[in-house]
Amino acid sequence: MNNLTTFTKGLIKENPVFVLLLGMCPVLGVTTSAINGLGMGLATMLVLVMSNVFISALKTQIPDKVRIPAFIVVIASFVTVVNLLMEGFVPDLHAQLGVFIPLIVVNCLVLGRAEAFAAKNNVWSSFVDGAGMGLGFTIALTLLGSVREILGSGSIFDLKFITGDGILIFVLAPGAFIALGFLIALINHLKKA
Amino acid sequence: MEYILIIIAAIFVNNILFAQFLGVCPFLGVSNRISTAVGMGGAVLFVMTLAMIVTFLVQTYILTPLGLGFLQTIAFILVIAALVQMVEIILKKVSPVLYQALGVFLPLITTNCAVLGVAILVIQKEYTLLQGTTFAIANALGFMLAMVIFASLREQLELAKVPKGMRGMPIALVTAGILALAFMGFAGLV
Repeated sequence: MNNLTTFTKGLIKENPVFVLLLGMCPVLGVTTSAINGLGMGLATMLVLVMSNVFISALKTQIPDKVRIPAFIVVIASFVTVVNLLMEGFVPDLHAQLGVFIPLIVVNCLVLGRAEAFAAKNNVWSSFVDGAGMGLGFTIALTLLGSVREILGSGSIFDLKFITGDGILIFVLAPGAFIALGFLIALINHLKKA
Repeated sequence: MEYILIIIAAIFVNNILFAQFLGVCPFLGVSNRISTAVGMGGAVLFVMTLAMIVTFLVQTYILTPLGLGFLQTIAFILVIAALVQMVEIILKKVSPVLYQALGVFLPLITTNCAVLGVAILVIQKEYTLLQGTTFAIANALGFMLAMVIFASLREQLELAKVPKGMRGMPIALVTAGILALAFMGFAGLV
């Protein structure tokens, strides 16, 4: 598989959110606005790329039997790095995303890519895979965040284009499930067409 | 009284699935049958309570005195992963019946963000050990309640006529949304 297909498969064909349904907690939990979705997506992407590269580089050193705990330690270290960086440089966003930043550790997407891709491929294609999957995740979160922000508060990236309130339910918890359900239905429909 | 408030808040008002979005993966993944939903709920109840107690002790007696608070994420996930392994081994030996019932769900729990999430939340909310334990048990019960309701709805959904594009996950998500809407009715209770 060449690098281009490795990169693009994460964007649409194997999009982690809309197709593989991996890492759903942050997808539903933080996408109350486009900017939150984008921030969470980028944080996850950073962890994903770094852990993919690192695990791929170490794959011959890690004994097969303890590979899962070893992967988790690598991922947890990078999550800690990202967590501290965000706390220092974007404290507002960090406060908004709250507990979901440390929870990147248990995002099935990150561990899933480590196990399914990085442990079997070379460093460069693992980097490309992490970037592609991460970008697909970011796009999905930003899209869902935008939909919920447009419907729920009548704004996009904090730019308000209506006066008064939106359909408040979309920024609340139920709106997350419903908006994602319809987005996946739409994508299913487009794929078959 | 304070404990009753924690319990009601955790089960109904801030339900771990519908209000906090923790543990959504198993919620969507193993909620096809009521029996598996109950099994998963039981396993979560067991591990979440144990994990919360152990991580609380690690935080209070190791990380805080040594000023290693920044290692929280790494320490907690390692403790949980080791704990799940240990519980699996012990259960297999001590209670084969319980192991049979919970066995397949145990390995899945390491990556259940609800367990790590509750452990972190307990530290953030600065609960005492007893309050934290109550919080963990109540959250696990809330998880189980949501799982069982959702699984019974999905069993019915299989018989329903659903438009093509909505089949499978989309309709399940919309159902979960309506369920979350119902749970919002509890808001303001506490």
